[in-house]
Amino acid sequence: MLSDITLGQFFPRKSVMHRADPRLKICLTVFAIVLIFAAGNFVSLALAVAYIGLGMALSKIPLKMYMKSLKPILFLVVFTAVLNVFYGTGEPLWQWGFLKVTKNGLLNCAFVSIRIIVLILASSVLTFTTSPTQLTDALERLLRPLSKLHVPVHEFAMMMTIALRFVPLLLEETEKIMSAQKARGADMESGGLIQRIKALIPVLIPLFVSAFRRAYDLATAMESRCYHGGEGRTKMKVLRFGGGDWLIAGSAVLALAAFIVLNVVFPPAIVR
Amino acid sequence: MSETILETKNLTYQYGIGTPFEKTAVEDVSISIEKGEFLGVIGHTGSGKSTLIQMLNGLIRPTSGQVLLDGQDIWAEPKKIRAVRFRVGMVFQYPEYQLFEETVLKDIVFGPKNMGLSDEEALARAKEAAAFTGLKEELWEKSPFELSGGEKRRAAIAGVIAMDPDVLILDEPTAGLDPRGRDVLLAQITQYHKKRQNTVMLVSHSMEDIGRTADRLLVMNQSRCAMLAPTKEVFSQSAKLEQMGLRVPQITKIVQELGALGCPVDPSTLTVDDALKQLLPYLKQKLPRKEAGSDAV
Repeated sequence: MLSDITLGQFFPRKSVMHRADPRLKICLTVFAIVLIFAAGNFVSLALAVAYIGLGMALSKIPLKMYMKSLKPILFLVVFTAVLNVFYGTGEPLWQWGFLKVTKNGLLNCAFVSIRIIVLILASSVLTFTTSPTQLTDALERLLRPLSKLHVPVHEFAMMMTIALRFVPLLLEETEKIMSAQKARGADMESGGLIQRIKALIPVLIPLFVSAFRRAYDLATAMESRCYHGGEGRTKMKVLRFGGGDWLIAGSAVLALAAFIVLNVVFPPAIVR
Repeated sequence: MSETILETKNLTYQYGIGTPFEKTAVEDVSISIEKGEFLGVIGHTGSGKSTLIQMLNGLIRPTSGQVLLDGQDIWAEPKKIRAVRFRVGMVFQYPEYQLFEETVLKDIVFGPKNMGLSDEEALARAKEAAAFTGLKEELWEKSPFELSGGEKRRAAIAGVIAMDPDVLILDEPTAGLDPRGRDVLLAQITQYHKKRQNTVMLVSHSMEDIGRTADRLLVMNQSRCAMLAPTKEVFSQSAKLEQMGLRVPQITKIVQELGALGCPVDPSTLTVDDALKQLLPYLKQKLPRKEAGSDAV
């Protein structure tokens, strides 16, 4: 079912990670991703993985959910892993025709796979523990300097909020319309590619119509509440950077210091 | 009348198994629906009505239990589930949002064509169905998006009726219509039922609508089937219904309270007309001098 997609979903809980300032979480996610890509050897990569693992553990969200979020990128992981296995240099451990597997290739493969997986996990920690509203609020605040350059930051943030808000609604609507058309005998599960695309027309047209209808309704509702954009607008929930947040930020600085040391001391893992 | 067309055996459906949102929507429902009956379905919001009816035509596959159509498990051959959907027609809530074709007739033809009927036959059926639901002929070649809300609703219902299903399930077909539109649509549904002699299941929150139309009532409460009995029998148990967040039709309530005051009326009276028939003679007898007016009711 469409509703099985966990990537980008928010799971309300009470945890350290949920309470943390969303601005901090966004910065930390970027920080973690930078660490993963800057890691040159397995030791520093392990530190980055451990740091993200700590975030996952503190989020109080079952590991199963994180595993589910990996599903959509599984193909990508396998694909890059396979490519890396066969592109290693050095003494072949196993050879068949032009395909050869080297120790070096295996290491590269593990390294790259871990990178991609942890990359997704890091962003999952952010989206699982931060509601879409918080996320856009934080983005708006972080991007505010850009408004000096006449970038309509508030409008972008509002558009993002609305888009995110409508994703589950439209998913639900799609399922409803699909059921209604299936009840009229629409066949969406069999046939060739062209037939399947054709079978989508009875779903897509009502979906577009209803999306436009919702957009009109929303515009009217916003206007009748005198919405006029970002200028002078105050927030109901003001983001506050609390004591706990300073602690988390401090941990990131420590992790960064340790990371740099490990990265320099140990030799790089990927050898071409 | 006593032949069973649809039957469920220990039907259960759970949402989101293995996630934090796991929920049982329908639990252990075993009912049988008779050929040719008009069955009303009532229940509080979230009582499992919608899930139940979607299992009856194979849109949702039950977690456990069976749905039997003419004694055969509809999921025995999953590839043939479409055949079941043609036999058990389903009109969803707000069905006007499913319209998609260029003209009204083309939209109504969608179902029959999916059944594999020839163009002529499908068109004949579509016209018949459109006439049945009272869609005026001048609207047939219009775009469905130009119609009014009520007309769209009719077009969408015609799209299901055109498949000539043996069982027609309607999920709140009158929701959001004006009082007159409701009355007309309900009358057309009852007429359709009488003419085609098929089975109709009507889900509704309007006890008045249900009281006027249904032979039997299925009451859903907290995912389970709470009652399945003739309409009068169900509505004579108003205390039990109120516990489930439901009520009896207003006229039934009035009659029941009059009965409690000592007025000799049938406590399961379902329509105003029936109530009048009983009350007028009584009032005449009680107030012999004055002209007993119908404004008393």
